[in-house]
Amino acid sequence: MPFIPHTEKDIKEMLAAIGTDSIRNLFDEIPANLLAKELKNIPHGMSEMDLGRLLQTLADQNKNGLNFIGAGAYEHHIPAAVWDITSRGEFLTAYTPYQAEASQGTLQLLYEYQTMIASLCGMEVANASLYDGATALAEAVLMAARSNKNSKSHRVLMPMTVHPAYRAVVKAIAGTQNIELIELPYCTEGGHILPASLQRFADQDITALIIPQPNFFGVLEEVDALTDWAKKKNALVIAVVNPMSLALLKEPGQWGESGADIVCGEGQPLGVPLASGGPYFGFLCCKQEFVRQMPGRIVGRTVDLDGKEGFALTLQAREQHIRRAKATSNICTNQGLLVTAATIYMSLLGPEGLKRVAAMCHENTQLLVEKLTKVAGVELVFNRPYFHEAVLRFTKPVQAVLKELAHAGIQGGYALADDYPELGETLLVCATETKTAEDLDAYQKHLKECHCEERSDVEALSI
Amino acid sequence: MSQIPTDLKYTETHEWVRIDDEGVATVGITDHAQGLLGDVVYIELPEIDSEINSEDEIGVVESVKAAADVYSPLGGTVVEINEALAGAPQLINTDPYGEGWLFRIQVDDEDELKELLDADHYAETVAAEEH
Repeated sequence: MPFIPHTEKDIKEMLAAIGTDSIRNLFDEIPANLLAKELKNIPHGMSEMDLGRLLQTLADQNKNGLNFIGAGAYEHHIPAAVWDITSRGEFLTAYTPYQAEASQGTLQLLYEYQTMIASLCGMEVANASLYDGATALAEAVLMAARSNKNSKSHRVLMPMTVHPAYRAVVKAIAGTQNIELIELPYCTEGGHILPASLQRFADQDITALIIPQPNFFGVLEEVDALTDWAKKKNALVIAVVNPMSLALLKEPGQWGESGADIVCGEGQPLGVPLASGGPYFGFLCCKQEFVRQMPGRIVGRTVDLDGKEGFALTLQAREQHIRRAKATSNICTNQGLLVTAATIYMSLLGPEGLKRVAAMCHENTQLLVEKLTKVAGVELVFNRPYFHEAVLRFTKPVQAVLKELAHAGIQGGYALADDYPELGETLLVCATETKTAEDLDAYQKHLKECHCEERSDVEALSI
Repeated sequence: MSQIPTDLKYTETHEWVRIDDEGVATVGITDHAQGLLGDVVYIELPEIDSEINSEDEIGVVESVKAAADVYSPLGGTVVEINEALAGAPQLINTDPYGEGWLFRIQVDDEDELKELLDADHYAETVAAEEH
């Protein structure tokens, strides 16, 4: 059905039918003192041409340069076909396209997505996506508390190596729902959770353990030992992973003897461009036994009356349109368009392609670390293996270094001091497959210049 | 018209109770409730030995269109759950007062039974809901 706005005639007829002469009268019951009059801080409308020029001027102020920042959102090459196909009207304009009799194409796409992401995570089921990685982790924590019948304490161990923004979101969402979040410190040498450090919880009831892989520092956690520890304690394991890394690393379903129970993360690396923090999409997968506690839309494959294959939403009985306040979640939706892009991205690359991208990211970051640590006053902080990010420590203040690099057109990384003051002057750097050998050399060259200047300053002062 | 056996006690939340001589109460959901829910596909039951109070939410009956909470009509200790429902949830639809029972509790205070509805009063509740 096309969208046709009311004509003047329609409006007059409708108003006449209810016995009034203006739409304004319909709002009479709102007290006059509550009505907003003119909105003083909102400028008047602009013409399309003027607006285009204004936005272009604003956009020109962005100095993107060479990007070596990761920290949760990653620059990857997105084949042109991905958004060309995603932008087709059938995908782009469909809103909440769940009506099975009208939306088989979209439902099939979501079903394919679920199959792909579940297989990447080594899990049995996936939902059709959530808002982003941080809310996916919060939902995973709530889900674990509902699912773990062996644990009454609702105490969840959340390592400090989990993304700081994710921890803040989990605290805001789950921390207010009778769940106690216990932060786990990390090893200052390895930048990871020491499995032995969990022994202090040996006599305590723990509902779930969150394991990030790779963690926020890019470091690989000892996932097998952590998973086995949790399993022995009847605690559920929540994996929060970078999907790109799973092309190389062991899938969470294979961690330890019994695998993770719930797997979540940020889907942005799979075909979603960096765009001021979003929109991105979160993914959530789990073992079959927990599926009834999984929030969000789940698309299932079925057959119609004639025995032909078809797709429909399934397991909806605990969703908010039915359960209201008692739903598994009241903030979740699916990010259909971004999932469409991710599905096309994964289809185009295939398992081999994903593996090559992941391997190039790892290799580039290793090369970058090698080059940068050759610069005097720069050292690698942690001694554990990493995926495509690493933490570097500088003798010079990081903010000053970043500023100088930015002048040279280089976004040098994410400064950790605000989130991890104990780490001092440290920078989280990332080099994805998008960086060439020349890019890495350029970073090294400009960093050298920053540090040389610093040394001459010091000498000048000491004279 | 749904069946409302006269030898049972009822709650306003559509559970039924049958109590035996030893103070053990069998609990299920009524014919009216299963009719509203439609095909039942999944049931969550309380754990054996768990101590419950009357009106506690202690289970969920999930159908293809809704998931409804089950409230305990009486306080006591859960002594038995209907294991057959895990493999055959449709028993709730086909025989709500018989094979579709949910759980049994050793009742703490049989006086609580007096608070429950008899068949006539429950029939009135159902009739009022339908208007």
